[in-house]
Amino acid sequence: MTGMTMTRRAVPAALLFVMAALSPAASFAQDTAQRVVTLGSDVTEIVYALGEGKRLAGRDSTSTYPEEANALPAVGYFRQLGAEGVLSLKPDLILATTQAGPPEALKQIAGAGVKIVAMPENFSPEGVVGKVELIAGALGVPEKGAKLAAELRQKFEAAKTQIGSMPDKPKVLFIIAAAGGAPLAAGTHTGADALVSLAGGQNVFADHTGYKPVSLEATAAAGPEAIAMMATTLENMGGMSGVTDNPALRLTPAAKSKRVVAREGSYMLAFGPRLPEAMVDFARAIRGEEKK
Amino acid sequence: MTSLAETGMPRVTALREAQERSRRLLILLLGGGVAVAAIAELMIGPARISIPEALAALIPWGGPDSQATEIVQAIRVPRMILGLFVGATLGVCGAALQGLFRNPLADPGIIGVSSGGVLGAALMIVLGKALAPGFLTMTGPYALPVAAFIGSTAAIAAVYGLSRLTGVSTGSSLILAGIAINAIVGGILGYLSFVAFDDQLRELIFWQLGSLGRITWDNLPPAIALMGCSSVLMLRLAPALNTYLLGEREAVHLGVNVQAMKRNVIVLAALGVGSAVAVSGLIGFVGLAAPHIIRLFIGADHRAVLPGSALLGALLIVAADLIARTAAAPAELPIGVLTSLLGGPFFIWLLMRHRRELF
Repeated sequence: MTGMTMTRRAVPAALLFVMAALSPAASFAQDTAQRVVTLGSDVTEIVYALGEGKRLAGRDSTSTYPEEANALPAVGYFRQLGAEGVLSLKPDLILATTQAGPPEALKQIAGAGVKIVAMPENFSPEGVVGKVELIAGALGVPEKGAKLAAELRQKFEAAKTQIGSMPDKPKVLFIIAAAGGAPLAAGTHTGADALVSLAGGQNVFADHTGYKPVSLEATAAAGPEAIAMMATTLENMGGMSGVTDNPALRLTPAAKSKRVVAREGSYMLAFGPRLPEAMVDFARAIRGEEKK
Repeated sequence: MTSLAETGMPRVTALREAQERSRRLLILLLGGGVAVAAIAELMIGPARISIPEALAALIPWGGPDSQATEIVQAIRVPRMILGLFVGATLGVCGAALQGLFRNPLADPGIIGVSSGGVLGAALMIVLGKALAPGFLTMTGPYALPVAAFIGSTAAIAAVYGLSRLTGVSTGSSLILAGIAINAIVGGILGYLSFVAFDDQLRELIFWQLGSLGRITWDNLPPAIALMGCSSVLMLRLAPALNTYLLGEREAVHLGVNVQAMKRNVIVLAALGVGSAVAVSGLIGFVGLAAPHIIRLFIGADHRAVLPGSALLGALLIVAADLIARTAAAPAELPIGVLTSLLGGPFFIWLLMRHRRELF
């Protein structure tokens, strides 16, 4: 079922890609694009990692890393773009995550002659390398792309070896929000689920798809040994005491041993060039080996 | 009535004429305001396009072959047209519903008509493909407006039935019925977002926020055709609504087919609000505020209130959209945020003003 929805999403993106690639002006713009707008924190990070950050004219509001990105004008949340707002930056190339939208806005942007390159959705190390190569190609710097891709492959190998040597497979609960007491937990087909398996853990809600609210009982029964969340979520819950007092989380082994992993969202879940570090860091943290 | 008119004829006539003049003046002012807002919507935006450039881009199917032309023709023009129709429709429907329910609080949002439309659209988004795949491909861009229309009709019929059942549509019973409908719709929407896939979920959020930003030349024609029909036909019900103000029995004695009029108002309001919701999501408070402001100036005569509300509604929506597009540029604010921020305080003021009637 999820496969179906992904194809549905991929088709318009692929069409845009083909449409833009067919127009001669766009293919000329491809290697000379000097005003690039990135939609998605992974895309922005990759452009900076390629050393092409100076060609950026704008970014979406989730792109807050590296620091320099914050100085760029933000076009809003990548799922709720305004066509004219994006066009007002006079972009000649748009690099977008699959989830960018709404489709009408993308259609209008492509209609104004701006080339849009959409990333395929793939929560894996190969996916990151693929995005690097795609973006480097679109920016006309394939050599830099090949170099970064090789570096990343090496880092991923090292990370995998390191994680492979770690003991046991801890049970992890990944929550996105805990509004009103019931946590919204990550099931399969999510970036969070992919990170948990890359770090050698097991997702306690592997029988759910997407992000779903789960009950107090189900959470307690699942018995997670570690609870992971974004740093902002932990802040909203009132810090560690918010987790240990939360009725749904209180009874879990993780809350008892205070094994709560809170990291910045785009660091953990963007699937950008920082993923190898994030994998190892996360793998240590869910086993209770905090670095700090 | 007759004796008064006979004895005080000159005074009444003079009063009528004065009223007529002030009405004409207001309609003229509003028309001018709408024109200014519409032109501003075309000329001003986050993309820096000079006025001569924007004017050149307005030549239909022509204009210089530039990005500015594309922005004006493909983005600003359909958006402006949609804003005018959505605003006018919400204004007229709000005014007519207030007349039908004889209640100043009958706003499409408050009594559940808008959320009924959202529910119809949401059901179509989440279950449409699974339950009626043929219907979706057959109706194309009409599928969501039709689904929203069905949802709005169901909601409005339920509210009307409930408020009749619990007493003659007094303030509290109507509002309670609206709260009940909104609560039920909220529950079903909550369930739909629970079972929805990620991309469907994003669609659902769009409906609840409201925006004119998703209009293109493809989905504009069906939406404005339905909203236009609803508004124009509703304007023709003004005399009947006027008579109905005197009371249901009085209206029957004066020869108004009250049942037919009620049915027409309900169907037209559901059609108009449903189509508006289908293309622009939930945009609150315009349907409530526009008729009230108009009545403050020109009294309760529906022949003036309905067109006046249409113009003021159009003005409010287009002006709000102009702010939504430019205030946070290059990002865009949801227009529903703006109308609710303006409309909320207005609603509080209204409650204070009517507190004697309500409590």
